Amino acid sequence: MSLAPDEVRNIAHLARLAIGDEDVPAHADNLSRILELVDQMQQVDTKGVEPMAHPLEGGQRLRPDEVIEEDQREAFQKLAPQTEVGLYLVPKVIE
Amino acid sequence: MFEHTVAELSRLLADGEVTSEALTREYLDRIERLDSRFNSFVTVTGEPALEAARAADAERRAGRAGPLTGIPMAHKDIFCTRGVRTACGSKMLDSFVSPYDAGVVERLQSAGMVMLGKLNMDEFAMGSSNETSFYGPVANPWDEKAIPGGSSGGSAAALAARLTPAATGTDTGGSIRQPAAMCGVTGIKPTYGRVSRWGMVAFASSLDQGGPMARTAEDCAILLGAMAGFDERDSTSVQREVPDYTVGLGQSLEGLRIGLPREYFAEGLDDAVARVIDEAVAEYKRLGAEIKEISLPNTHLAVPAYYVVAPAEASSNLSRFDGVRYGHRCEDPQDLEDLYKRSRGEGFGDEVKRRIMIGTYALSAGYFDAYYLKAQQIRRLIADDFARAFEEVDVIMGPTAPNVAFDRGEKKDDPVAMYLSDIYTLSVNLAGLPGMSVPAGFKGDRPVGLQIIGNYFDEGRLLNVAHQFQQATDWHTRAPENIA
Repeated sequence: MSLAPDEVRNIAHLARLAIGDEDVPAHADNLSRILELVDQMQQVDTKGVEPMAHPLEGGQRLRPDEVIEEDQREAFQKLAPQTEVGLYLVPKVIE
Repeated sequence: MFEHTVAELSRLLADGEVTSEALTREYLDRIERLDSRFNSFVTVTGEPALEAARAADAERRAGRAGPLTGIPMAHKDIFCTRGVRTACGSKMLDSFVSPYDAGVVERLQSAGMVMLGKLNMDEFAMGSSNETSFYGPVANPWDEKAIPGGSSGGSAAALAARLTPAATGTDTGGSIRQPAAMCGVTGIKPTYGRVSRWGMVAFASSLDQGGPMARTAEDCAILLGAMAGFDERDSTSVQREVPDYTVGLGQSLEGLRIGLPREYFAEGLDDAVARVIDEAVAEYKRLGAEIKEISLPNTHLAVPAYYVVAPAEASSNLSRFDGVRYGHRCEDPQDLEDLYKRSRGEGFGDEVKRRIMIGTYALSAGYFDAYYLKAQQIRRLIADDFARAFEEVDVIMGPTAPNVAFDRGEKKDDPVAMYLSDIYTLSVNLAGLPGMSVPAGFKGDRPVGLQIIGNYFDEGRLLNVAHQFQQATDWHTRAPENIA
């Protein structure tokens, strides 16, 4: 499994990662080698094997729908790069 | 006092031989004098530590001290600590001062432990050498050219250099056991769900598990008892009583059935490491255990399956770092997509980017069945191998890593070679089982760890099996030179 530079750029786009053009060949090489390692899986017949998502199988717990947390908006927003009147600011999305 | 274990310090504090304040000062002084050589701490919380120590001494005078009251410790910088930077080894979180404490942090704090600071680690716990940290690599106290292992490299190095008597670590694919092995200390990765993941920065949620690291199995037993337990804020936390892990520590190993998987002693294992493990097994025979060869036939598939499951979960977990609510934000974003891409591109290091991209690829349309689903099927095969083995044996033993610590820089540009160094630890996480690493000897001046794997929730037995070995051998008492 070998990834072309364009495939690397597309994966980086899907992952919302800015990657410098000069770094694309190294990423292509490393990712290809990792995928080659991973491809050893394809030699195994897993027909009928139930996928295991989690070591402890069982459903999610439910709890009563009660308020258990206090509002800590200010404490949390102090961490944000940019806020205004309780809102998180990002560049304009809609013209 | 720095040569004492947690258990010994507990007795010394109880007998009034030392105060927590004096002990804390001694450790803070050691960190100040020695850690410039190791870089094991990323944050030292000196004043708050002394305050907590004085409070612990007051609790003791009031007759309210427990076994851990006043004992210093340090947290891996993956655990959120209120009011203290929690950077997880990443530029992304360099300015993140956590507004809350992790479940594990709360528990150890309420047990009276005194936090000395936060420990260096691979970025987002992705690495096996502590070389991916934004805060620089950690040196192995046994040989400063060598890596300390990873990702809990700061925890292991700080313990080996006697800069703290106890530390927390996390283990997603070996990150407690492998650095413990490489630094000659003791660590246990508990059963998945045993220790709360709440407030532990998420890497791969179905694999991540926190645990204690210390110098002895006895110390790990005391610490795990304080760390473990149900936490309703972690949806995968297990509702099951926590036993007193110290109670079983005196039991004889007469008749213990130990399985040695032949796949753990095959090609790729260093000869000198193999000899150390053989010698440890011989010691167990002398202690009355029965040795049985077993097979875990899908062992060779652990690395491939892990490097799909873990990156897939990581790519999803790390999507929260978007430059909007917290963490690094790029300068002058042109639009929202540019904000996301550049904040993430600048905030994450190369290894984290690689894993996000592998995960993104494995989960993308058209590849999901071939990668993610296939890896989950192989995960089942690996878990089934262990289940079959535990019908015949009580514990499984082998090397923790195929070789001792390598030199810094040796595998830095070869991710695949780095991944293969976790070959014996990954399957334990895939299955969700508990596993330990115990110092068992040396190759030259670099420590070798013996791995002991147990059945689900059998931590008590694992700890005793390790403890009995430590009663009969003195590898765990060895300390590097030049740390006085």
